[in-house]
Order: sequence, then structure tokens, then C-alpha cells
Amino acid sequence: MLNASLKELSGALAAKRISAVELTGLCLDRVRALNGRLNAFITVDEERALQDARAADARRAGGVGARAAGPLAGIPVAHKDIFCTRGLRTTCGSRMLADFISPYDAHVVERLAAAGMVLLGKTNMDEFAMGSSNETSHFGPVRNPWDAARVPGGSSGGSAAAVAARMVPAATGTDTGGSIRQPAALTGVSGLKPTYGAVSRYGMVAFASSLDQGGPLAKSAEDLALLMNAMAGFDARDSTSVERPAEDYTRELGLDLAGLRIGLPREYFAEGVEPEVLARVREAAAWFESRGARTVELALPNTALAVPVYYVLAPAEASSNLSRFDGVRYGHRAREYADLNDMYRRTRAEGFGAEVKRRILIGTYVLSHGYYDAYYLQAQKVRRLIARDFAEAFARCDLIMGPTAPSTAFALGAKTDDPVQMYLNDIFTIPAPLAGLPGLSIPCGFDRAGLPVGLQIMGTYFAEAKMLGAAHRYQQATDWHLRAPRETPL
Amino acid sequence: MSLTLDQVRRVAELARIAVSTDEARAVAEQLNRVLGLIDQMQALDTRGIEPMAHPLDAHLALPQRLRPDAVAEDDRRGELQAVAPAVDGGLYLVPKVIE
Repeated sequence: MLNASLKELSGALAAKRISAVELTGLCLDRVRALNGRLNAFITVDEERALQDARAADARRAGGVGARAAGPLAGIPVAHKDIFCTRGLRTTCGSRMLADFISPYDAHVVERLAAAGMVLLGKTNMDEFAMGSSNETSHFGPVRNPWDAARVPGGSSGGSAAAVAARMVPAATGTDTGGSIRQPAALTGVSGLKPTYGAVSRYGMVAFASSLDQGGPLAKSAEDLALLMNAMAGFDARDSTSVERPAEDYTRELGLDLAGLRIGLPREYFAEGVEPEVLARVREAAAWFESRGARTVELALPNTALAVPVYYVLAPAEASSNLSRFDGVRYGHRAREYADLNDMYRRTRAEGFGAEVKRRILIGTYVLSHGYYDAYYLQAQKVRRLIARDFAEAFARCDLIMGPTAPSTAFALGAKTDDPVQMYLNDIFTIPAPLAGLPGLSIPCGFDRAGLPVGLQIMGTYFAEAKMLGAAHRYQQATDWHLRAPRETPL
Repeated sequence: MSLTLDQVRRVAELARIAVSTDEARAVAEQLNRVLGLIDQMQALDTRGIEPMAHPLDAHLALPQRLRPDAVAEDDRRGELQAVAPAVDGGLYLVPKVIE
């Protein structure tokens, strides 16, 4: 049951082969058994989860006044601890919000609750989603279920590890520069970063507002499509939510691969990528060719500038967004201070960890008088060039494929001393959010050490259904996504 | 471009983050590494390129949506202030600003 797809779980619940309470109990047992080692969850509220499960069972049983049960009713989900949950603490992985209880639910939380999903708990993450290894969390690092000495990636590392270890069948994440796709790749699960504006940011703690986008992590592309059907959609409370008709993200799961044009950007198959990662990605591309797809070599010439651009824009937006944490309205407040300004300075010095402070300082600097044109404006111009590169590429192909990350999971502590080394890990995931494009990662094999490799599939704006279709066809022919990690056998 | 210790202190002051003298040196070193990375983009000639402030601008050319200027929220002051570090009589308490 723990390795079942959402469709199978949905069928089992509908046929009364299992109840939501039983399924939730299985997940809670698994969390109790594994979380001490993996640290994937920050908060688990067993009573609340079982209450949700009882409600879902009642809904499935029908009866007077019961709302019709959708396909996800009774299936447990874990939310990244960046999504506000009413009455259940939302820490964002930070001391600043260690005791914060939101007075409202995020849109995504509301949507999945309305679909009848059971809220199992809140997952660990890099502090304020700033990190690529889950090592910046105030609540300690998450460990990779494939090798506990390695990181699960980040920032949605807890969500990825929880799904990989089969603690929960589905989780939410957010992606600003790769925070869904990179941990999905490093833990062997599937993760989708939707087109900017497809999923409401309401109630999602803001990091870099022109980049942040919520999305699902699960075992397969088919699962992601079902979750997107429930998560995505217009929300008037997010001014960047795109108003468009509701979409069925499962509609292209039967995608005909014959004639599909797959772009392979040469910058994604270059030096600096582990040879075994490249080999697995090439094998996946060859599989698509064997099914009638055509590969097109193309160039995304500004790829190398994406990381520098991102480390101007994301910190600039973060320095503004995180100014709200001042110890006045919510969150941590320093115990001792001389005056108001000193209260701000000490509150923020105590409440934020080193990486968050670093990014706020970088952001403050690039926006400061005399540097704005050289940094912020130049970065916005290069951002447009990166978006144009993609527009030209998608004139020649339907989907772009390449590695999600340049390496498999690295050891804890391996990149913590040098922020630049950590940042460069996101070289292939940063371009899509800069352009606002959707991207997903699915497992496509293992390296010699037995660590999963991620295949990234990118599409043009709102091409999620086609991307999910291609990924699903691949997963029908392969079983990488069904393999459970060796540290957490089923 | 390289940040001096004075510049780090100035930026920290603007960001309202206390940085001790001991920390400032390490922070400067790390920030300079990041600025070294960022400076790579200076090599690109971007004359005539329109800055892209927002991804929706790239594909939909959408202006930001406006909503009618009408009350849309209920009064939830009690609930919202329940998470504040210090309140009194519906007001947020902060250290005295004016003597």
C-alpha cells in the first residue's frame, strides 16, 4: 500500500479495501519509525490527521449532506512548512517563525483540504526556502533515504525525503530556483514546478515573489497530474495568479510520442556534469527516440549567466519580502534591546540563520544607491535574454530535456563552507523560473553508488499536461520511480 | 568589486541586522565570493534590452490585476494579534520612539 500510486490508493479507498483512517495510520506508523533518522517532518499532528481521515471516510460513505468525494479524498499529504496552515504551526524552517501559528490557510492547503486530502504534517525545509541541501533549516538537516550521510537536496528536502521514504504518498513544495525539482532528483521522486501564475502563492511565505511557485512532489507523473488538478487554479488573492479556464492535467497522459520534438540544449550536456548523470539522461532521451520522438540539438546560450542573475534578483526580492520580520506583529522578538532600532537589529540577528542573512545583505547591497543599475537592472535585462533563448528554443521543439542537477546527492557538509559551490548546483533548475516556465524532474536511473539521477523536462508556458504525458509514458516503460530507497525498505 | 568591512557594516545597518565586529570579517569574505559570481553577468552587452521585471510580462504581457476598492476582509484583529509578541488594547507594543 505504501508504494501504491494515487490512482491505486483512490481505487482502494473507493472499493472500501482500505479506509482513510487505516491508510493514515500506516503513514503515521512509518513517520514514527523513520522520522527520528531522516528528520523529514518538523510537525506531525496525529490527532488532526486522523480527524481529517475520519471526515474523508464519512465523505466517501456518502450520506445526507456529505460532499461528493473526489479522487484524492482520504489520501494523506504533507505540506512543506512554508505553506500556512491554520491552527498548525508554520515555521518556514526558521527560528524566526519557530512558534508561529497562522490565523489562515494557504490557498493550496485549502484546495487540497477541499479535495478531501488528509494533512499528515509539515515537512522540513531550508530556512525560508534558501538552500539546495536542506542544511540551513533551524530544525536540523534532512537526510537522504538513499544514503543517510547525504543531503536530500533543497529547499523542499523534507517533502522529497518523505515521499522517497514512503512516509506519505504526496507532498507539496515550492520552487524558486529549483527547490522542487532538485530534491526530487536527489531522492528519486517526481516533482513539478508549474508555470508562474498557475498555482496561487496566497499563504505561501514569500521568498522571491517573481520566481516563487508551489507544486507537487509524488512518486510518479500521473500522481503529479492528479495533484495539479486539485492544487492549480485562479485565486483572486494572489495578484499574479493567472485567470484561465480550469485544466485537466491528466488529459495528455496517453501522449503519442511519435514525432514529438525533444530539444537537448548543449549547455546542459557540458563539462562539469557528472558523466554518469549525463549517461542516464542520454539513455532516457534515447528511449524517447526509440518510441518515435525526434531529438533536436539546440543552444540556450545564456545558461551560465542564470545563476549570477538569480543571485541578484532572488536576494533583492528576499531583502524586501523579509523586511516584514521585525519582531512587531508576529514571530521572534529579541528579549533585550536598547531602543526600537536595536530591537529590529537584534530580533533579525537572532531570528535568521547565516544563509538567510547572507541573502538579505546581498539583496540590500544590490538595491542600494549607486549599485541598482549595475546589478539589479543588468540582471533584469539578462533575465529577458534568458527568456528569449527559451522562446527561440520552443519554436524548434515541443519539450526540452536535460539533467535536473549536475550531480547525484552529495554528502552532508560537502558544500556548506562555500556558498558559491552550493549555488552552482542549481545551474539547470534556475533558468526555468527566471523565464516563468514549467519544469519537472523524474527519476531516470542510478549512478554506480546507487544514488538516483533526475531527468528534467521543461515545456513552454502552461505545457504541464504535455510534460506530464511524456513523463508518464516513460514511467509506464521503466520502474525507476517504483524503487524504494535502501535505507528505508518497505 | 569587493566589499570593505565598512560597507558590510553599512549594508547590515540598512538591513537592520546586528553584525558583530567578529562576524563582519567572515560575512565580508562570503559576500565577496557571491559578488564575484554575480559579476560574471557584467560581461554581457545588454544595451537596448528591456529589463524584465516579472515573468508574466514575458509571455502574457499582462498588467497586474486590480480589484475593486471595496472591503473584502472581515475584522479579525483579535486572531491576527494573537500571534504578536506584545499587544495591548488592540495595539502593537514597541519600545518608545519619541520621548
